[in-house]
Amino acid sequence: MTPALLAVHDLAVARGGLRAVEGLSFTLDRGQALILRGPNGIGKTTLLRTIAGLQPPVAGRIDMPEDCVAYAAHADGIKTTLTVAENLGFWAQVFGGGGVDDALAAMDLRALADRAAGTLSAGQKRRLGLARLLVTGRPLWILDEPTVSLDQASVALFAAAIRAHLASGGAAVMATHIDLSLSEARHLDLTRFRAVPGKPSIPAGFNEAFA
Amino acid sequence: MSIWEYANPVKFMRVSGAMLPWTVAAAVLCCVAGVVWGFLTPLDYKQGATVKILFLHVPAAMMAINIWVMMLVASLIWLIRRHHVSALAAKAAAPVGAVMTLIALATGAIWGQPMWGSWWEWDPRLTSFLILFLFYVGYIALWSAVEDPDSAADLTGVLCLVGSVFALLSRYAVLFWNQGLHQGASLSVAPGERMSAIYRYPLYLSMLGFFLLFLALLLIRTRTEIRKRRLAALIAREMRT
Amino acid sequence: MIALLKRDLVLATRAGGGFGLAVAFFLILCSLVPFGVGPQSATLRPVAPGILWVGALLSCLLSLDRIFALDHEDGSLDLLATAPIPLEGVVAIKALAHWLTTAVPLIIAAPLFGVLLQLPAAAMPMLVASLAIGTPALSVLGAFGAAVTVGLRRGGLLLSLLVLPLYIPTLIFGTEAIRRSAEGGQAGVALMLLAGISAAVLALVPFAAAAALRINLR
Repeated sequence: MTPALLAVHDLAVARGGLRAVEGLSFTLDRGQALILRGPNGIGKTTLLRTIAGLQPPVAGRIDMPEDCVAYAAHADGIKTTLTVAENLGFWAQVFGGGGVDDALAAMDLRALADRAAGTLSAGQKRRLGLARLLVTGRPLWILDEPTVSLDQASVALFAAAIRAHLASGGAAVMATHIDLSLSEARHLDLTRFRAVPGKPSIPAGFNEAFA
Repeated sequence: MSIWEYANPVKFMRVSGAMLPWTVAAAVLCCVAGVVWGFLTPLDYKQGATVKILFLHVPAAMMAINIWVMMLVASLIWLIRRHHVSALAAKAAAPVGAVMTLIALATGAIWGQPMWGSWWEWDPRLTSFLILFLFYVGYIALWSAVEDPDSAADLTGVLCLVGSVFALLSRYAVLFWNQGLHQGASLSVAPGERMSAIYRYPLYLSMLGFFLLFLALLLIRTRTEIRKRRLAALIAREMRT
Repeated sequence: MIALLKRDLVLATRAGGGFGLAVAFFLILCSLVPFGVGPQSATLRPVAPGILWVGALLSCLLSLDRIFALDHEDGSLDLLATAPIPLEGVVAIKALAHWLTTAVPLIIAAPLFGVLLQLPAAAMPMLVASLAIGTPALSVLGAFGAAVTVGLRRGGLLLSLLVLPLYIPTLIFGTEAIRRSAEGGQAGVALMLLAGISAAVLALVPFAAAAALRINLR
């Protein structure tokens, strides 16, 4: 049996110097998707950023192969003065992947390829941001509210892209409130893991050290 | 029992609270005694009465540099061992250091006017102190600009490290640029050029006074910072729940 | 990493990239100085090395806050941090792009401005050499300042406050090299010290800048 792509052991993450989520453990195999649930402010974004390696965990371990994460959040990292194809081509080069044309096709952006990204609508920009995931060639997608400002047709397009990614041995962790009708996805409610205020031996920040 | 136990905020508050009255009393006593004794010394045959500003100028200049070194050490302790009190102590020390630098510059100007005939000269020592003051200002400004205390502590720590290297570098670059008129060190370990004992002993006393004064201010300010952080922590917890 | 460099260069030359602004600023500065100090070449000549270096330094400063701020706003920085490029490499490339788009035009234009300020012809090679050797340090130190202040709303002013004191050694050795060669003296020592500072800054400061970026991304 191959080891899981992502294994999280007893993880605690902090926001604003206070633990938000603690005692979280799960594993994710190739071909699986995990949807994080929970009320606003519980720490979904913080958890996703921690898994993506943008901030250190307060406690616990995140095991995964090196260089396997592609992260997409509210901001898409689009340069308005570059064209759609140039934006995508840049990320393809950075990640050493290719498939710019396939990505454009998958997100229905082919007709817009030579438009300056600054002239795109919010939904089109979002699609460009998601097309970036395809050119990274990374197996684990970390998605923070990926469907914001997408219309129904685009949501379906995106769900199809995720399904294709899972089928080709990828995996995804996402926080979303919209039903992507991904029947195979598991759901994880973070409410159970809400951190209990207290004074742990290793404080997460000033706000815990002096509480 | 290790020295790091004093990095615990509760323990620090208890010990510093007990130390504080004694430190303040000793600081006031030594400062007043040192400066008054210095004022009563005979006139210097070359410099006249202006020499008496020495008892403010030299201790302030000494503390200006030493406080930056203390901030560097505290920043390193924070960056390596993550003791929160250490970061707050560095933050608390910075304005004291900046004021010490200003005192050294101002008393130097007051002394320089009759001696060199000008309030300001671009002499290496004066210039270095001006640069040191700029580093203090940048450090203080960064602390107050960053809202998140954890990021602020880390960023100022990194700035303090880089700033220390460049403050030192500037010190020697300035020597290359201008050789200067400032006299050599007032207290030298080299034999033969020591200042007369009449001046030396009150100077030692006022140096001790300034050191104790810094210690007292540091304790007071660090205690204030700890209380502010405790308050912020309580508010943060209230808002979370 | 080359892709990142190419993208930054393209962005700088596209509309709103601000390419060439630094040279225009440098020109204005050099033409304002004679209004301030007087048109006589006897007064201009001694201050020319200093004005040229201070001008180059301020022109560099103008575009520093763009190094990371734009990428931070649109989320590119988060994505670059998860890319297979080390963050130290990102800092170095961004500083290189800043140097190529800001400092190189300044270096090319500097002899022209030297003429405006009555700098002796003998000192022109040293002007170009000292700028060429010293400005990489300005860009890297600027990248450090930009990394420290990247998340701040009013970072621009603080950036100048943090970065300008760090520029002092470079400024001293840079102007000293030109002044000594303008006076017909030996400028070699100053130039070598300048090169030493640049080399040390290029080698070490990207690590500090990357550390500051990581703190700001959290």
